[in-house]
Amino acid sequence: MDILLQQLINGITLGSIYALVALGYTMVYGIVGLINFAHGELVMVGALTALSVIQALMTSGLGLPPAVIVLAGLLVAVPVCMLLAYAMERIAYRPLRGAPRLAPLITAIGVSIVLQNLAMLVWGRSYFSFPGVVNVTTYSVGGAAVTDQQIVIVLLAAALMAGLLVVVHRTRLGLAMRATAENSTVAGLMGVDANRVIVAAFLLGAALAAIAGLMVSAYYGIAHYYMGFMLGLKAFTAAVLGGIGNLAGAMLGGLLLGVIESLGAGYIGDLTGDVLGSNYQDVFAFFVLILVLTIRPSGLLGERISERA
Amino acid sequence: MNCSRFCLAATAVLLFLGIGGCSEDKKSQPAPKAGSAEMKTVDVTIGVVAPLTGPQSHIGKDLENAVRLAAEDANAAKISVGGSVLKFQIMAEDDQADPKMAPVVAQKLADARVNAVVGHFNSGTTIPASKIYSDAGIPQISPSATNPKYTEQGFRTAFRVVANDNQQGKVVGEYIAKDLKSKALAIIDDRTAYGQGVADVVQKSATAAGTKVVAREYTTDKSTDFKAILTKIKSRKPDVIFFGGIDTQAGPMLKQMKSLGISAQYVGADGIQSTELFKLGGDAVEGTLASFPGLPLDRMPQGKSFGERYRTKWNQDVVLYAPQGYDAFNVFIEAMKKAGSTEPAKFLPELARIDYGGITGPIRFDEKGDIKDGPITMFKAVGGKWVPVATIGGPAPAAEKK
Amino acid sequence: MSRIPGGKRLEWAGIVLIALALAVLPFALAAAFGQTWVRVVNLALLYAMLALGLNIVVGFAGLLDLGYIAFYAVGAYLYALLASPQFGVHLPFWITLPLGFLVAAFFGVLLGAPTLKLRGDYLAIVTLGFGEIIRIFLNNLNAPVNITNGPQGINLVDPLKIGAFSFSTRETLLGVDFTGPQKYYYALLALTLGIIVLNTRLQDSRIGRAWEAIREDEIAARAMGINTRNIKLLAFAMGASFGGLAGGLFASIQGFISPESFSLLESITVLSMVVLGGMGNIAGVILGAVLLTALPEVIRFTVVPAQEAVFGKVIVDPEAIRMLLFGLALILVMLFRPAGLWPATLRKREFAR
Repeated sequence: MDILLQQLINGITLGSIYALVALGYTMVYGIVGLINFAHGELVMVGALTALSVIQALMTSGLGLPPAVIVLAGLLVAVPVCMLLAYAMERIAYRPLRGAPRLAPLITAIGVSIVLQNLAMLVWGRSYFSFPGVVNVTTYSVGGAAVTDQQIVIVLLAAALMAGLLVVVHRTRLGLAMRATAENSTVAGLMGVDANRVIVAAFLLGAALAAIAGLMVSAYYGIAHYYMGFMLGLKAFTAAVLGGIGNLAGAMLGGLLLGVIESLGAGYIGDLTGDVLGSNYQDVFAFFVLILVLTIRPSGLLGERISERA
Repeated sequence: MNCSRFCLAATAVLLFLGIGGCSEDKKSQPAPKAGSAEMKTVDVTIGVVAPLTGPQSHIGKDLENAVRLAAEDANAAKISVGGSVLKFQIMAEDDQADPKMAPVVAQKLADARVNAVVGHFNSGTTIPASKIYSDAGIPQISPSATNPKYTEQGFRTAFRVVANDNQQGKVVGEYIAKDLKSKALAIIDDRTAYGQGVADVVQKSATAAGTKVVAREYTTDKSTDFKAILTKIKSRKPDVIFFGGIDTQAGPMLKQMKSLGISAQYVGADGIQSTELFKLGGDAVEGTLASFPGLPLDRMPQGKSFGERYRTKWNQDVVLYAPQGYDAFNVFIEAMKKAGSTEPAKFLPELARIDYGGITGPIRFDEKGDIKDGPITMFKAVGGKWVPVATIGGPAPAAEKK
Repeated sequence: MSRIPGGKRLEWAGIVLIALALAVLPFALAAAFGQTWVRVVNLALLYAMLALGLNIVVGFAGLLDLGYIAFYAVGAYLYALLASPQFGVHLPFWITLPLGFLVAAFFGVLLGAPTLKLRGDYLAIVTLGFGEIIRIFLNNLNAPVNITNGPQGINLVDPLKIGAFSFSTRETLLGVDFTGPQKYYYALLALTLGIIVLNTRLQDSRIGRAWEAIREDEIAARAMGINTRNIKLLAFAMGASFGGLAGGLFASIQGFISPESFSLLESITVLSMVVLGGMGNIAGVILGAVLLTALPEVIRFTVVPAQEAVFGKVIVDPEAIRMLLFGLALILVMLFRPAGLWPATLRKREFAR
């Protein structure tokens, strides 16, 4: 079992990234009741934008320290994603607020396709290598290799999640968001501007997505226009696993899913006598999704929601 | 209400026909004959199909350039067959590396009754297209498709001028066992037709040569996360890891191997043997080995001079399979000359028994359409460039032919 | 039924005109523009079948299925496995096509069963998951036992054959030269018309009305005594079966299938045909299918030469343009004409705001 520790470390790092993206899904769903299919694309745009900035700065010969270069990438990526999310909400989703469930879902699919192809037009179809800005040091812990990259990702994700919880539970905006999520009509009567709250949810989710995008491309060393799709789907699974609409649930779901995937891919061959191998890795997320939705649709931490018409 | 429905339906049908008409590709009209008073000329149209748009377009364009150069050379040489001078034209089509597009494009060329086709580029497109060319009796030479299935279908019109994956995989497997003296081999493939095909053959030949395969893992051609399978492989302690797949996965895989502290020798096939790999994997690529079904440009009998002519004409270096494309074109001409006719039905038998000295080396086909004695080169990544370290198979290098 | 002046006679004239146009279409196309366009029309007919099948699930019963292409895949692989060198079995089409129909229906029930209690969004995601799972399995079932031949796909699939008469070869019948694609056209046309008739009948039947009731308000429907579980499963089964039939035909025409042809993008494409064309309206979804099959070809034929003429090279990938327009179309239709281009009258009321 010497690789168990390694797989766990891999899983927790992966899971932290899933958690960050899942938070975006869950916030929007909790307040608007919409699965923002295009959320994964925000992660992708964040990653590619940050990458372009970082590459430009590295080749510019300004000789900036790596931390500053990465920060600069972030400082450009986050506003870009927030702007995109705002545009999405205003143009594609807000007009469909009262429409039957089918409409915003199809629109979201459309937005996702548009973003993917815009990215393809802007950045091209090739895969982009994340430049070696920072040297990666590997530490050996109990037979497993941990890189400082992984440590930064896990810690940063945790900090961001904590920060989000503070915003949601300790600020007026957070209060407004929770109220709107519970009952938007009554919240409206209490003086909460639903539109502002919804925009805030989108913007916060987008910011987290951009940071997650930078993390993903740095961690795997690669970014391309199609990377958002699978990641988004898995993050959505994580959100559902933890209980959609529930922030702590999204975080738990993300971490759990990351670990399940890593352990699954690592051990499935042994478990099934090599009938099924790691080529079925992607299937785990889907199986988990179907299982959760069939057995416990409210997720791990969600309350039983009654069937809304 | 009913009238509008029918009117709409009728209009839709007519509109559709109209749209079809307006967008008719003018290229499929046969070019007018240009005859002069003294010499009779015969038009010969050669099709070339490759991904001209999309992520592999740089390789596809390279092929198209090569074939156009070949046509230019041939026209300048005023080759005469059966009493007429041949006037060559190219019909270039884009299959976007998509197996669904390939038959459509092939049908287009077949409808235009081209005399021969150089293409396609990918195995995944060459195979479905080959049925259409076979049905239409149009000879087809692929300059690059390496999947063995292509020539195993029994089509008499299917040929290729590169070694196929069976040959490539066999050579790599044996190299791993004998030259690298590997005792513990781990194999990963990307579950594509190409990657899985080559990995299976490597597994077979390495095992037959005495190496033990300690792990067989899988990924996809869109993955970026290999940590789980690499961790598992690491625990089996391999000394060589072979990857059947392309550079877009190999790059990040190498980076992740480094961060996990895996020090095994990484070997791949022609899918990773590209300049892109260095960009995608950074310095983790150093020391990687990759095979290529052919010779490096400067080891080909006329490689250097071809490279220079190509650069002069197109203002860029040969990307990958241009020499093979050039040779494929000329093999067709040679067959036409031997048969004294440009009709596919007539020169096809000559094609099957051709013996031609091309810029890539001697070209002869076996009974399935594969090239005989196709050489395979092993390259090593040294200092950010691919350096040939071994050439296996193929005839002894001949002196520069004129 | 006739509400136009001139009455039934004008209607009949219209029908005869369309029938004639459809009958000579492949020859007109081949003569004017080449066999390629006959193939495009065949593809459009296949997509029309798929759209009609999905229309039952999405349009009639109101269940959003994002993994519909899985049934297409099941039908195609079943046909290919039973009529190719893969297992050395070569069953005739009158066994393999109906078998595909039934097996796909079975899968429809299988995939539908866990989703019965789910609401719209979740249903969509779960069906998406199923679609992906099936694709991944098809791509990997070549070890330890080689069933589907994995990513290499199955090649040399038998074409449609009645005795010695093969649909894929070019021959002369009754003095007219028929090419393979042209023969297939008539087979596809006949089957599509059959499916249309079936759908029209279904729509007006008790089952069709039950579907409508469920779509409008499931709880009320149950209160009225409709067995919602069985009716929903029936919707999945019927929709899936048409997909399976189309899949078998696809395999026989193409002669080669691989998991790549059955991706999520295809599911979304078929869904778009239904949505854009007009959910719930049989004529509408056919229009959607024809438009969305023909337009990409048109784009490809015009955009690349246009760019080469103006810029000297292709700057914008036609594939990117096609998908971009696709996505935009989805958004715009949902914003401005959510019931589709040719809406069913009922749906129009539902979406009117």
